[in-house]
Amino acid sequence: MPGYRDLLQQVKSEIEEVEAPRAHELQGSALFVDVREPDEWDEGHIPGAVHIPRGYLESRIENAAPDRSAQVVVYCAGGSRSAFAAKTLEELGYDNVVSLAGGYTDWKRNGLPTELPRSLGPEQRARYSRHLLIPEVGVEGQTKLLESRVLLIGAGGLGSPASLYLAAAGVGTLGIVDDDRVDASNLQRQIAHSTESLGEWKVDSAKRTIEALNPDVTVVGYKERLTSDNVERILADGWDVILDGADNFPTRYLVNDASVWHDTPVVHGSIYRFEGQVTVFKPGDGPCYRCLFPTPPPPELAPSCAEGGVLGVLPGIVGSLQASETIKLLLGIGEPLVGRLLLFDALATEFSEVRLRKDPACPVCGESPSIHEYVDYVEFCAGRPAHA
Amino acid sequence: MSESVVRIPPTLRPEVGGERQVPARGETVRELLDDLMSRFPGLRTQLVEDDDIAPFVNVYVEGEDVRTLDGIETPVRQGATVILLPAMAGG
Repeated sequence: MPGYRDLLQQVKSEIEEVEAPRAHELQGSALFVDVREPDEWDEGHIPGAVHIPRGYLESRIENAAPDRSAQVVVYCAGGSRSAFAAKTLEELGYDNVVSLAGGYTDWKRNGLPTELPRSLGPEQRARYSRHLLIPEVGVEGQTKLLESRVLLIGAGGLGSPASLYLAAAGVGTLGIVDDDRVDASNLQRQIAHSTESLGEWKVDSAKRTIEALNPDVTVVGYKERLTSDNVERILADGWDVILDGADNFPTRYLVNDASVWHDTPVVHGSIYRFEGQVTVFKPGDGPCYRCLFPTPPPPELAPSCAEGGVLGVLPGIVGSLQASETIKLLLGIGEPLVGRLLLFDALATEFSEVRLRKDPACPVCGESPSIHEYVDYVEFCAGRPAHA
Repeated sequence: MSESVVRIPPTLRPEVGGERQVPARGETVRELLDDLMSRFPGLRTQLVEDDDIAPFVNVYVEGEDVRTLDGIETPVRQGATVILLPAMAGG
C-alpha cells in the first residue's frame, strides 16, 4: 500500500501544475476554484475565485463550471489538496485543469492580489438568519444586499412599507427623496411615520424609524422635491435600483427619463382607492414608463390620493411588492416584473397582469429617441407643449 | 355579435353607475367602445379623441395592449376580457 506521500507524488505526476505568476496570467480567462475549508477562505482568497470545499467538489463543480472544456485553476493552501482535486476534476471529464503549485501561500508570497470576503458578524448572522437559510440569498446574497444602494422617490404611502422592508432585509444604503412634512392625514397608511413625528420632515422621521429597525442601514436623506435641476446631483450618488413611490405624474416622467439615461432599473408602484399597479422598468431589457403611458392623462382623469382617497392598507401591499421586486433585482434572482404590469384590486382581491412591450417609437428609449434632456415635466403633464 | 367583459377603472366608474365591470358587445374594440358609449355617454370624452382611442387611455384585449395590435380595429373574441387602464400617479 502506498503511503500519503507516495500517493501525492503519483497524483502530482498525473496532473498539471502551474506556478503562481503563470496562474496570475490566467486570471480573467480561467475559473479559479478554491477547495480550502470555509475558515481558510474567510481569511482571504484569490479575487474572483469560487469557493467549493474539497468535500463538496464533485457535487458542486457542475454548477460552477458547466463547460467541461473550460480552463480551471484549482488551489488550496499549499498545493496538495488541490492536486487531488485536479485529479478528481479530470476524472469528472474536465480536460483543462491545473493545480496551483504552492497554493494560496505561494500566491501571496508572490505579492499577487487577494481579497477578503465581507463576512457577516455574529449579530448579522442572527438578524439575517432566515435569509441565510434560503439558497437564493445565503451569505453571498445577504452581503450583496448590505452593499446595495436603493433610491426611494417619496417617503409616503409606498415609500413607507418599501423602505421598512428593504431596511429590515439589510439593504445597506437607502436614499430617500421627499420634501414633505408628516401630516395627520398621512398616518392612516404611511407607517414609517408616527403620531410623534407630526410636523417633522418625512425624511427625518423615516430615517429614525429605519435606523431603529436596523442599525446596519444608512439613510441618505434629500429634503427636496425631485426636479430636472437636482436629479443629476442625486443620481450621481450612485444607486442600484430606484423605487418610484411618487405621488404625481411630473415626477414619474422625470424618474423615467433619468433612469433610462442612467441605465438604472425602476421599480414602479402606483395606487388609487382600492387599486394598485406594479411593474419593473429595466432599461435595455423592457419597456419604460413612456412606452406604457406615452401621454399623461388630463388632470380630471387622474385624481391623486389626496383628491380621491386610498385604502390605507393598499400601499402596504403594493409597496411590499415593490420591495420584493427590488430585492430580486439586487440579487439577480427570479423573474422580475419586466414587461409585465401587475394590477391589484383590493375590493375583488384579485391580481391580474397585462403585457407591456417596448415601443420602438418611444421618444426616450426607442430606436431614434427625440428627447435627450430633461424637459419641464410640470408643463408636459399639464398638456402643453414641452420645452427643453 | 360577441359579448365581452370590460373592466372599468375607478376614475370612470361614476359614468357607469359605479360598476367595476360591464358587458359590452362588438367584434372589434371600436364596436365595443361604441356600444359602451351609447349606453354610458359620459364615457365618450374620456375614452376617444379624434375618432380614435384617446392617447392617455390604454386598452388591453386578453392582456395585450391594442396599440401593439390593430389599435381601435383590434378584433375582440366572444368572452374576452377587455381592460381600460388609465395611468395612476398616486403613491
